[in-house]
Amino acid sequence: MKRFLLVMALVIPALARQDERGLDERGAEIFAAKCAGCHGGGARGLTVETDLMRSTAVRTDQTGPVLRAGHPKANPVPLSEPEQADIAAWLHARVQAVADRGKYPFLNILTGDPKKGQAFFAATCARCHSVTGDLAGIGAKYDPSVLQSLWLSPRRRRGAEAVKTARTVTVTSRDGRVVAGTLERIDEFNLVLRDQDGKYRSFALHDEEPKVEIHDPLQPHYDLYRVLRDTQIHDVTAYLATLQ
Amino acid sequence: MKRLLCIFVLAALRLRAQPADSWPTYNGDYSGRRFSPLANLNTDNVRHLSLAWASRVTNGAPGHGVRISATPLMVNGILYFTDLDNVWALDARSGHELWRFYRESKGEMPRTGNRGVAILGDRLYFVTLDNFLVCLDANTGRQRWAVPFADPKLYFFSTVAPVMIRNHVIIATGGDSIDIPGYVEAHDPETGALQWRWRTTPAKGEPGFETWPDEYAANAGGGHPWISGTYDPELNLYYVGTGNPDPVGAGTSRKGDNLWTCSIVALNPDTGKLAWYFQVSPHDTHDWDAVETPVLIDGMIDGRPRKLLAQASRNGYYFLLDRTNGKSVATAAYLATMNWSAQLDPLGRPVPDPAKEPKADGTLVSPPTSGATNWPSPSFSPKTGLFYVGTNEAYSLFYLTDEDAHPQGFAFREAGLGGGKAALLALDYKTGKTVWRHEWRTPNGVYGILTTAGNLLFTGNGNYFIALDAATGKTLWHAGLISPLTNGPISYQLDGRQYVVAGAGDALYAFVLN
Repeated sequence: MKRFLLVMALVIPALARQDERGLDERGAEIFAAKCAGCHGGGARGLTVETDLMRSTAVRTDQTGPVLRAGHPKANPVPLSEPEQADIAAWLHARVQAVADRGKYPFLNILTGDPKKGQAFFAATCARCHSVTGDLAGIGAKYDPSVLQSLWLSPRRRRGAEAVKTARTVTVTSRDGRVVAGTLERIDEFNLVLRDQDGKYRSFALHDEEPKVEIHDPLQPHYDLYRVLRDTQIHDVTAYLATLQ
Repeated sequence: MKRLLCIFVLAALRLRAQPADSWPTYNGDYSGRRFSPLANLNTDNVRHLSLAWASRVTNGAPGHGVRISATPLMVNGILYFTDLDNVWALDARSGHELWRFYRESKGEMPRTGNRGVAILGDRLYFVTLDNFLVCLDANTGRQRWAVPFADPKLYFFSTVAPVMIRNHVIIATGGDSIDIPGYVEAHDPETGALQWRWRTTPAKGEPGFETWPDEYAANAGGGHPWISGTYDPELNLYYVGTGNPDPVGAGTSRKGDNLWTCSIVALNPDTGKLAWYFQVSPHDTHDWDAVETPVLIDGMIDGRPRKLLAQASRNGYYFLLDRTNGKSVATAAYLATMNWSAQLDPLGRPVPDPAKEPKADGTLVSPPTSGATNWPSPSFSPKTGLFYVGTNEAYSLFYLTDEDAHPQGFAFREAGLGGGKAALLALDYKTGKTVWRHEWRTPNGVYGILTTAGNLLFTGNGNYFIALDAATGKTLWHAGLISPLTNGPISYQLDGRQYVVAGAGDALYAFVLN
């Protein structure tokens, strides 16, 4: 794509014209006016044959020759060279946008019933959370897609707030000695905690010894996954979104 | 000498049992069991296993790191392995680098991984990210030829380790960014010329086309078989798993089962003709490629010897098939959290719950797109009768992002959720039921696995390379590496000593009894 744009910029001097708009925008306008009648507004076609998004000619940079030859053959649409370049750039940008899966915009997430969400909150969440306390105004802080992920799976906090979400751990050695603290790191063979004095303590882990008990304050969230219905998720998100 | 080498490798490949003094294919042999017959190293002495050497390699592309997801081949004392666009040859005794080959891919493909090389005599074969099959001289690392087999501008990219069957170099496409059909191909090992191509979606008029609404959908239907398959020389069938259909998360324009996507297929390696298929995820909408290794097991069912094929699939189900005809012998969910299918159809296929398809407002699904398991190798030990697989128990929200009548590309977004668990599972190969479960203390458990006749199981977790008792799942030995295991471990005998070699990040580590 980058290479394509570079070539276009070099060979078509008209691209250097004084125009604040991007290639994509100009291409979109020309396409809407001259091409969308047959190819659809989104270039996905009105028929299989007119789908430009899946067109090999488009993906392999062959759009230019097709347009220059006069297209469609029966009734060619007059397009200047700069217009051809703009359309090609717009089409490429659209194809690339389909390939960029991480940038797809979310659709409407707020489909739930806030009243049902409120009832669910009262029955399940209010044991630990308050809509006038820790969650006051949460609906104004986050986009609905972020909000939905966050209430299901809160991030562990850092700094002064960390204590609310940190895992705590108790390590009991074979001779009965107990060390407790905040779990900093655990893997298959080692555990690290900070004790109440902030001191770094590390332990080698074996099958049975020492005995390790971990408490995760976020576990009630994770435990919900097996029992939640999707409608309940949407209801709670819709309710939290009203907390502006 | 060349002739001798050729005979040696071909002789090794005729065997379905893993040869002791080499590791000549992606899976060690054709069966995909990743079971080494070596027993010098065993449950009694593995605690003495220690480092023989560690060797780091560098990428030919400045500024890019290396992640060895390839399984090395070991032939005549030389290890051959790859990463994207790079091939290395290392002395298997010392880790010393003999040569590196680098060929820059052109285009903007996702930088995924490369699974390795195939060997025939003194020639190596591998695929580049931009879809060239390349033949190298194994002695020098010099290129003999390179032939293109797919166009990167159409968003194909390739990662598979080729499989050598007689005079066929078998490869396949990858890439589900944007609605392209996949294929398996065989090429001539002398010239690179195309011998046959089998498409993962049928053309109009072919069997299977009735599982698509129209040509438009079938022609764009995906199904890339991006992991090496297995082979039964007696039946002369090549078994490979196919990937998910396209558009990935939106099924509106491709109503139907969408064959041959998300399937295990049996192909004749001489002609590319389909012998049978079994679809593990009909009409998939969750990106659950069924490319995980189809493992060949010669087992007993109801007192009768059977030719079987087992796959622990990314969708959370274990499938046991009769590999002569593709009929189901057993299907069992192995992931406790799996929630997208509650029943099986009479053919032994899971029936998808439409309520768990991606929706605009989000659907809670287990497993996530990355699956209950993924491409890292499973293993089967004929000594224990257990099938081993690394698993993740996790959930994601699946958001449909394209409600067009003709959606395109991935068509959905995923939001991963925390709190997942991970476990190494040992399944009864006859039923798929869990015999033992080793739960890890970390949330990622999908790592490559090797088992041995010494009753050992090698795998990774976190930054550790670990040996467990294959019968019980008890941890027997571990070594801390610089980074997590990134490939399937291998084992071979050299100078009378049994080596175990693991790839982690940019390094290979070789362990022996010292």
